[in-house]
Amino acid sequence: MKKIIALVISMMMLLLAVGCGGGDEKKADGDKKITMGFSQIGAESEWRTANTESVKEAAKAAGIDLQFSDAQQKQENQIKAIRSFIAQGVDVIAFVPIVETGWDTVLKEAKDAKIPVIIVDRDLKVEDDSLYVAKIGTNMITEGEKGFEWLAKYANEKQLKPRDGGQQLNIVVLEGTVGSTAALGRTKGFNDAMAVSPDKDKFNILASQTGEFTRQKGQEVMESFLKSYGNKIDILVAQNDDMALGAVQAIEAAGLKPGKDITILSFDGVKGIFQAMIEGKTNCTVECNPLQGELLMETAKKVLAGEKVDKIVYVEEGVFPAEVAEATLPSRKY
Amino acid sequence: MEKLKNFTSSSLFLPVVALAVLLVFNGIFVEGFFDIQVTEDGRLFGRVIDILTRSSSLVILSLGMTLVIATSGIDISVGAVVAISAAVVCTLIGGRGDGVAETPMLLAMLASVGIGILCGLWNGLLVAKFKIQAVVATLILMTAGRGVAQLLTEGQIITVYYKPFASIAGVIPGMPLPTNVFIALAMVVFVAIVMKKTSIGLFIQSVGINPTAAKYVGINVTMVLFLVYAFSGFCAGVTGLIESSLIRAADANNAGLNMEMDAILAVALGGTLLSGGKFYLGGSVIGAITIQTLTTTLYALGVSADQLPVVKAVAVIAICLIQSRKARDLFEKWKNRGNGAAAAGAKAVNKA
Repeated sequence: MKKIIALVISMMMLLLAVGCGGGDEKKADGDKKITMGFSQIGAESEWRTANTESVKEAAKAAGIDLQFSDAQQKQENQIKAIRSFIAQGVDVIAFVPIVETGWDTVLKEAKDAKIPVIIVDRDLKVEDDSLYVAKIGTNMITEGEKGFEWLAKYANEKQLKPRDGGQQLNIVVLEGTVGSTAALGRTKGFNDAMAVSPDKDKFNILASQTGEFTRQKGQEVMESFLKSYGNKIDILVAQNDDMALGAVQAIEAAGLKPGKDITILSFDGVKGIFQAMIEGKTNCTVECNPLQGELLMETAKKVLAGEKVDKIVYVEEGVFPAEVAEATLPSRKY
Repeated sequence: MEKLKNFTSSSLFLPVVALAVLLVFNGIFVEGFFDIQVTEDGRLFGRVIDILTRSSSLVILSLGMTLVIATSGIDISVGAVVAISAAVVCTLIGGRGDGVAETPMLLAMLASVGIGILCGLWNGLLVAKFKIQAVVATLILMTAGRGVAQLLTEGQIITVYYKPFASIAGVIPGMPLPTNVFIALAMVVFVAIVMKKTSIGLFIQSVGINPTAAKYVGINVTMVLFLVYAFSGFCAGVTGLIESSLIRAADANNAGLNMEMDAILAVALGGTLLSGGKFYLGGSVIGAITIQTLTTTLYALGVSADQLPVVKAVAVIAICLIQSRKARDLFEKWKNRGNGAAAAGAKAVNKA
């Protein structure tokens, strides 16, 4: 009996010793390799996939160990993921906030654990700005402004006339998910640009409803718009490409020609919309650049090295009207 | 008069009234609600047509759900099975930009309906053979199903550019209505005929009322349960085809989302009790159309999509209260409160 106990104890000690050794090794390794916890909001479109791929590839290229977590479109999953990153003791946390509010508590926990947080792609609202070190992303307000600028120019060049013979070109808007940065920013940018534009009297926003950034809802809400306003609709502004693609099908089903009877402006710049533009079914997309991975890794390294970084860093974005679609499509990564 | 009385006491009375009230409301408050135009290529176009088209998925799901509920079971996995079926058909046909199908469409369709049946059989196995409670058994697929769909599509939304795929939920040239309306109609007629001509409907009811007694009179209870769950899976498979064809894409996150709840609601609105037994297919169909009418109404009134569930919930509570015997008793009691509390109390006790 004694022998067995002695054996067990010695084995346990051996294990402990090995355990300690392992621990030391890991620590030495940790000095070289940065671990980043990244919470993505989940698949919603080709755009989101490109965003995810960009982060994964950039992490690999930068030699950063990426802990990836998919939130499947739910804030509670994201909060859980961030908590688990804190528990794991990652070096830096990056995440794409699915909505703007409700992050104070969990970010405070990260701050208490002295883990820097970088916000990617979408915006968020917190009481205390020091809860995150930097925001990387796209400027949705500028996108909205660019969208209106293109529309005003296009309407002048093509001399668009209201289909109902009225004075103003009527616009219907398919908004994104209520409360999301993209929906708020694009609405604000578009409306503000319109309010100060010399062409503001030419346009009239007839209706604006959310299509929740999905094709199904975009299609269903557009169907309803077509029944309510019929021939009055001249322009559709869809706050993402997917809703525009859904709406194109609804417009065709109503016996109208998308892109001709109804001018369509959308946002994001996914491959699918370039395909639709080549077919002449939509007219313009304002790019929202998802390739933010490189900038994220760069910023993370700077933060961990103790360098000062700008609080807000924007990626570059362009406007792609239908005329350039064919030439641009092959170079599109998403 | 006799006929009217027969109708008011029939099971279809309340669902029909609920739908009629909604339609009248629409007729008054939504401009041009009942307008139907014929487009140049001979299609019908209007809000009523939208309701028919959009409700066809729910009608099909509620057929399967009615039979499952009649056996005093429930199938909460149908929404997830819709996502799986949509993922299967879109992955098989493939998202090639040049519009070429990687698998023949018919084969892909059969595969996706097949996977629906397979999911149904799995549910049937758990419920009929292993005697797991239906809610728990189908919960497994409900939670896992979307994950399976995500795996199949690799987390992407797969867009199908192959043109004929759109015709499953679109209009085939020369037809007045989209194909999915005809699919739904065919399935309703098929189930109605099977129920009329064979005794399977009676078997299903007996299993729902008292499975032990059903077994003793010689009904193969296990087989009946397998059949209804497989049929529910089949319905979900067909719905997956329609839902993916509507948007020409498989969206694992959103396809069929919360549809199981709408299907159960349709069955409940139709007058079938969730405790099983007697079932009303016609009621379920009307229930499904009522739910879609409600959605379309709210869109027409400009209620945004994220507020829909709230308004839906209020309407559903109202409809369910009207159908509840207890609520009606309470209402009677309140009406008769002048006739002495004791008498009314005794009456309520008697009725209960």
